[in-house]
Amino acid sequence: MDRDTIEHIVIPTGQVLVAVAIVPLIIAYLQLVERKVLGFMQVRLAPRRVGWHGLLQPIADALKLLIKEDTTPAMADRALFTMAPIITVIPALAALAVIPIAGQPFELFGYTINPWISDINVALLFLLAISSLGIYGIIVAGWASNSKYSMLGALRSSAQMISYEVPLGFALIGVMMLAGSASMVKIVEAQKSAGWWFVGPQLLGFFCYFISAVAETNRVPFDLPEAEAELVAGFHTEYSGMKFAFFFLAEYTNMIVVSSIVTILFFGGWLRPFPNIEALAWLENGWIFLVPLVAGASIGWLIDQRAGTGLRWMFAGGLAGAAAGAAIGVTDAFGLASAAIPALSGAFWFSLKVSFFLFMYIWFRGTYPRYRYDQLMGLGWKWLIPLSILNVVGTGLAVLLRA
Amino acid sequence: MFRTEEMDINMGPQHPSTHGVLRLKLTLEGEVISDIRPVIGYLHRGVEKLCEHRTYPMIEPLTDRLDYVAAISENLGYCGAVEKLMGVQVPPRAQYIRVILAELQRVASHLLWLGTHALDLGAMTVFFYTFRERELILDLFEAFCGARLTYNSMRIGGLYEDVPAGWFDRVRHFIDIFPSREKEYEDLLTVNRIFKGRTVGVGILKPEDGIALGVSGPTLRASGVNYDVRVAQPYSSYEQFQFDVPLGANGDTYDRYLVRMEEMRQSCRIIRQALERMPQGEVRAKVPKYIKPPAGEVYHVVESPRGEQGFYIVQVAGEMPYRMRFRAPSFVNLQALPTMCKGQMIADVVAVIGSIDIVLGDCDR
Repeated sequence: MDRDTIEHIVIPTGQVLVAVAIVPLIIAYLQLVERKVLGFMQVRLAPRRVGWHGLLQPIADALKLLIKEDTTPAMADRALFTMAPIITVIPALAALAVIPIAGQPFELFGYTINPWISDINVALLFLLAISSLGIYGIIVAGWASNSKYSMLGALRSSAQMISYEVPLGFALIGVMMLAGSASMVKIVEAQKSAGWWFVGPQLLGFFCYFISAVAETNRVPFDLPEAEAELVAGFHTEYSGMKFAFFFLAEYTNMIVVSSIVTILFFGGWLRPFPNIEALAWLENGWIFLVPLVAGASIGWLIDQRAGTGLRWMFAGGLAGAAAGAAIGVTDAFGLASAAIPALSGAFWFSLKVSFFLFMYIWFRGTYPRYRYDQLMGLGWKWLIPLSILNVVGTGLAVLLRA
Repeated sequence: MFRTEEMDINMGPQHPSTHGVLRLKLTLEGEVISDIRPVIGYLHRGVEKLCEHRTYPMIEPLTDRLDYVAAISENLGYCGAVEKLMGVQVPPRAQYIRVILAELQRVASHLLWLGTHALDLGAMTVFFYTFRERELILDLFEAFCGARLTYNSMRIGGLYEDVPAGWFDRVRHFIDIFPSREKEYEDLLTVNRIFKGRTVGVGILKPEDGIALGVSGPTLRASGVNYDVRVAQPYSSYEQFQFDVPLGANGDTYDRYLVRMEEMRQSCRIIRQALERMPQGEVRAKVPKYIKPPAGEVYHVVESPRGEQGFYIVQVAGEMPYRMRFRAPSFVNLQALPTMCKGQMIADVVAVIGSIDIVLGDCDR
């Protein structure tokens, strides 16, 4: 194979395979993290039987889903019933194609590899388009199941997702105007040259986007389509085994995609905090700051657990750790700070921010009750859409006045 | 141009939010309910008939299985009915311990209600918090009578025996920590916009409808009707305790929530008074070994966590009742469901069922 073939066919194929292989693994463990965090919030232990502290639980779950009987209701439309999970999962995975996880390309075996699969100049439009496609899977699933509960769930879902597409799109326009581009890489670079993350000027846009995105991914407090208390399990009531796993996969992939988009559009993607302040350049190697912080906080938390002193020592330990980390960074002790590899440090900050938003999802789930169908529509149409339009107008005026 | 039709949908008996084996036949226009018919009887065990072939002490374990979430209230009501029939005076210490048990049971039952009600509305965490405290109460019951669900905790004429050593201190510890725990639930729910959105103005029961339908308990008091059996017809020396009867204003789901939350606080208040003024002495009156009440009829009501729990006994002769009849608050309160739900949405049905707090074991008997 000549160099051209490898660069244009082999490497992208490899990237796609890596993404499709790694994301389900991440999701499996994201689910374990979700259960652990929820367990912590709900004063219980969460899984801890399979493997050390339940570390192998996701694998056991995946195996269970694989070998579970795959049933189809007698009156269901077989072809559509089988297609629905596929229609849902493919757009979810396809959205990963335009998500850059770091800024600088890296070298491998003499080839330059980009930390993104593709950097198209209409990435945002692509994302909006592809995420709308996933709704078809849900509608088809609800219809093909030939069950009333599934049908109600599917109807709710389609109404909900179509309503929330609108504020979602409007919220993105503000960012697009500031960055002057719809390419994900360009948007992050625009934030670097602007010197601050777009969450500053686009605070309203961020709120509109994040709330709509939570609704779009059907998560608490907007999990009406699968509201178990009312509709049993909504559109996937009749699904079992791998077909059910596909819906599950799609939901969690969407969560990751949405968190990544929030990170890229509003929180500077792979950029460190305050990307233009040279004095903080040591933050490029983020872990030298975070490892002491987490270690200090963990030790403090353990002391708190023993002594029953609330969270006092945890905060003290965290502060001490942060100070120690900052000291190591500023003085460049052991040459740690200057040893940063750009692609790695970019991926580090990116995954840290994405993890934070994924944590928010779990936090919501532990805190909020569920909206009612009409209230959800009211929130979307009466609040989010006007607010996001206001944001577009405001951003437009500001851009115009500055130019 | 378009043809619209109503959809019939079966909710239950194996639905996650009908709290047991209740079946609802819903007629929907979209998501709006145009008709709702509860179908009951899936848990019918014929307890009333069974009682006709049991001696009086043998009936008490059966009463545990009526309202299994608040078995002690059933025990209290049943024993009270037989004692009234026989004219037995229960010793004051036994009466006070019965009050403590019944009020702890009220808190435990309301905790179960709160957890499942919040779970129905999608708030998962409250459920685990309430079960943490309910566990403490069940431990107290276990220490007292050895059982955690079906207690068979009382005897005709008093109690089987006095409480174990240190039990009162454990109760005191519980009512000391409970207010701060209750605040945790309230932090998650009372001022939560979504929770209020789901409950305020939902499932309104007008006071006149409530009285006409025979509704009782917190469900009726949330509509503003001041009727509490503990005050209206005191039993087991309730007249000696100071407590408020919380009342609602609008009769909606949110008011029923607030009333029950306040009832838990009042229960703690009653328990505290009982602990402070605990009389000394026997815990069991002298009753014959073979209980043969004189012929006659008796009706005795107690305020169970769900409402007015009545026991009607017809005694002709011998050791067994001629006829036993239970007035089940869940059964009576459930018939208010269609009144409360018409014109609401399907998601409101689970909120309203949760707020009536039915137990199907009680309802179907």
